[in-house]
Amino acid sequence: MKDRIEFEGVTFRYQEDAPPVLKDVDFFIEKGEWVAIIGHNGSGKSTIAKLMNGLLFAENGEVSVDGMSVNPDSVWEIRKKVGMVFQNPDNQFVGTTVRDDIAFGMENQGVPREEMVEKVAGSLRDVQMETYENHEPHRLSGGQKQRVAIAGVLAIAPDYMLLDEATAMLDPKGRQEILKTVRDVQEKSNMSLVTITHDLREIVAADRVIVMNKGEVWFEGTPREVFAHKDSLSSIGLDVPFVAKLTEEMKQYGVSFRKEPLNHEEMVEELWNLHSTK
Amino acid sequence: MNNSMIIGQYVPGTSLIHRLDPRTKILVIFFFVIIVFFANSVWSYSILTAFAIGTALATRVPLSFIVKGLKPVWFLIVFTFLLHLFVSRQGDILFSVLGFPFYEESLIQGGTLSLRFFLLILFTSLLTLTTSPIEITDAIEYLLHPLKKLRFPVHELALMMSISLRFIPTLMQEAEKISKAQASRGVDFRTGSLKDRMSAVIPLLIPLFVSAFKRAEELAMAMEARGYQGGEGRTKIRALLFRKKDYIVFFFFCLVMAATIGTRV
Repeated sequence: MKDRIEFEGVTFRYQEDAPPVLKDVDFFIEKGEWVAIIGHNGSGKSTIAKLMNGLLFAENGEVSVDGMSVNPDSVWEIRKKVGMVFQNPDNQFVGTTVRDDIAFGMENQGVPREEMVEKVAGSLRDVQMETYENHEPHRLSGGQKQRVAIAGVLAIAPDYMLLDEATAMLDPKGRQEILKTVRDVQEKSNMSLVTITHDLREIVAADRVIVMNKGEVWFEGTPREVFAHKDSLSSIGLDVPFVAKLTEEMKQYGVSFRKEPLNHEEMVEELWNLHSTK
Repeated sequence: MNNSMIIGQYVPGTSLIHRLDPRTKILVIFFFVIIVFFANSVWSYSILTAFAIGTALATRVPLSFIVKGLKPVWFLIVFTFLLHLFVSRQGDILFSVLGFPFYEESLIQGGTLSLRFFLLILFTSLLTLTTSPIEITDAIEYLLHPLKKLRFPVHELALMMSISLRFIPTLMQEAEKISKAQASRGVDFRTGSLKDRMSAVIPLLIPLFVSAFKRAEELAMAMEARGYQGGEGRTKIRALLFRKKDYIVFFFFCLVMAATIGTRV
């Protein structure tokens, strides 16, 4: 049995006469890996998330999780393995308090109460929200609500966690909170992470990036390799971050870099290197 | 927006009544409502009145909140009393004012009926004053449990109630946002005839409904993604627990009931 999520020749359309949203998509996500899926609106990236969790089923081809094909019969087992965080912080908060919401997934699985209480405390610690256990959702910020959603997923200890544009509706501070939480979680557990985004700044920390365009896998590689394709990235509607643009400009002036800088720190380091080797 | 938004009339507190199991409170109120109709003597009424007022004081809820809860029914209580006074003519004439006779029996009847009314409203309002809506939901789910055998959707009802409670503040915040957005575009909610103001509400309601439906759809998807498949085999993190104080309250209440029955004539 293979311990990974696999897409084999997956095609999907929402309506029979509509054009396919996904066309013959192949890729896999290994255990313990952090994969970022990036694409412009309508590139099919959110559909991918829903296919992994059994919210939608493939029309052609096969989606499988740990060797188990995703179909209406296996869907409840799949959902124990694949947890999901959605975009809108408000519309995925089911419980009347933080504690109730984190427990919701466990309640569905019939976890005994004592165990739930323990795990709620544990996952609150993981997302650094210990003091908010009895808060109602309307007293939390968007970033805090998303951290609660992540805690809810952590509580059921899935093998894979999907974040479908989980930062898209947050302010910069909330976004930083979530990205930090996600990074911490990834470090601590052996969970695979799949982050779906349209923001190139968010793929930097991932192990591998899958770039989607018009329902097809357009490119697959490390974040550094992706940033090396700047020109074509903007041609498929992705906004190239400032550092990458600067790198490109400087290359045109004949400056050569030892490695593609991904963020401001790396850029500064490269510049110092340049300066000292001059 | 207000951080301590209170749904309904719940007044948070730490009194004995607040800390009782919500099921205890609902059961006591249920039997109180029945026993009130058994009272028929000065003594039995006195016992029940003392019990109700004693309980109200024990909640340590500020009196103004309790009075506010009674406000909508004051009129009814007074009306019942006056109706009896003027319409029914039983017993001896007690005295007459400006040639209008007041009968003893109707005075007593009006008085007891109003008192009953007052006791019922006062006592039942203590439930919502001292119990958070979600606790009431839990208690209702538990107490309605036997109806499950009759295929009554108890779990679904409780879930609906708790999700409504969860979304009331969210939708209120949203309504406020929309009304500000519409006001900034020139919609006037405050002046004009009733008809004008009614039609001004429409541009507030429609976006609110649209977004509520969208929320419902997304929420359903999120619930499904988290493995929700109905009440079957589900556990609950919120536990209801009968403690010592609940048994003591039950015991005490039984004494009150016995005393009420015992002092009937």
